[in-house]
Amino acid sequence: MNVLELRDVHRTHGTGDTAVHALRGLSLQVRPGELIAVMGPSGSGKSTLLNLAGGLDRPTRGEVRVEGRVLAELSHRGLAEARRRGIGYVFQAFNLLPSLTAVENVALPLELDGVSVRKARREALRSLADLELTHLADRFPDQMSGGQQQRVAIARALVGPRRLVLADEPTGALDSETGEAVLRLLRTRVDAGAAGVLVTHEARHAAWADRVIFLRDGVVVDSSGPLAQPEQLLAVPGAGA
Amino acid sequence: MSIKFGLLALLERGAMYGYQLRAAFEESTGGTWPLNIGQVYTTLTRLERDGQVRSLPESDAGQRPYEITEAGRAELAMWFATPISRTDRPRDELAIKLALALTTPGVDVRAVVQTQRAATMRTLQEYTRLKAKSDASTDLPWRLVLDAMLFQAEAEMRWLDHCEASLVRHRPAPATTRPESAPATTQPAPAPSEEEARQR
Repeated sequence: MNVLELRDVHRTHGTGDTAVHALRGLSLQVRPGELIAVMGPSGSGKSTLLNLAGGLDRPTRGEVRVEGRVLAELSHRGLAEARRRGIGYVFQAFNLLPSLTAVENVALPLELDGVSVRKARREALRSLADLELTHLADRFPDQMSGGQQQRVAIARALVGPRRLVLADEPTGALDSETGEAVLRLLRTRVDAGAAGVLVTHEARHAAWADRVIFLRDGVVVDSSGPLAQPEQLLAVPGAGA
Repeated sequence: MSIKFGLLALLERGAMYGYQLRAAFEESTGGTWPLNIGQVYTTLTRLERDGQVRSLPESDAGQRPYEITEAGRAELAMWFATPISRTDRPRDELAIKLALALTTPGVDVRAVVQTQRAATMRTLQEYTRLKAKSDASTDLPWRLVLDAMLFQAEAEMRWLDHCEASLVRHRPAPATTRPESAPATTQPAPAPSEEEARQR
């Protein structure tokens, strides 16, 4: 089953002459183990897509399903629960709470969800261990580098049963090596069975995805999946003397 | 670059015969530059003629190793010390294609840009996959080659974004507009571009 599915989704802000069509009939499916990157110029609808996928906004027309459930049909409470249990976010700013250690930050969404402190901590440690971050467990955010904080934020985004991770420019403020480490991590987590949507303007980062979709003016203008014959890339034209 | 400097650099590690050189060359370029053994021997013959390598006596197995000479070492040092010039590379066909697309009636430049963008993205994805598979501790030379290709592809993506932004700024009308001088009556209506077709 698709973890995330958008069916002919439209999102219009305002009405009449001043209406802004942020998305115009977008359909998208993301399966477990699949990472999708979304690229496009400012105003192309990237953030709208992510907000709709995360249940932070509702489509004007069309359907957004997470794990088979139509988000718009959920009650306010049901939606909050779906967001808390089903969806993890990674933002450009790491958004870790400064007064909590790494493991406490990762455990927080579970505790908010009623999981016992002990169990939440155990799950959080497991999530950190999956990402080889155990050594950071007891550090506070200000004792970690930007790259480390972002990796902890990914651990938090995917702690517990959550299988959908939505990342908005997660490598924004990081240098290229650190940014790459963060994406490597996201890739690993997705390969282990999660589904991911990554919004980025960096082509080199989007390249970690299985599929890259290009948005312009609220529609998908193109998409790029894997090559049928990757070895053809390694035949260098004019290689010879 | 020529194979010459690659072989000189490999011989700097120690004497080698043709097949060893070919294997070492391919290993250090991660298989991105396949050589045939004939190219290796032709190059060795030329290097020997120029006094940059010297052939050693054949082994019992009939293999003739070569070693680098002082002149070869100087040539190699010079190569490492000299930056590669842009003019050593072939003309950029893509830049020329876009420039022509812009001035050719009936061509949707944005579609040309997007076609290239998707292709370059695919290349980036494939290089990234190869990089993800490689081992940081043992494959450093190969990773450097991959990084070079990744950064080049990324630069092309940025340049394409820049081209598109410039097009939007300078030609807000659809890219199918024809020059004033073209007599509209004698031209057939332009077929819808791929992009327009997709948007319908």
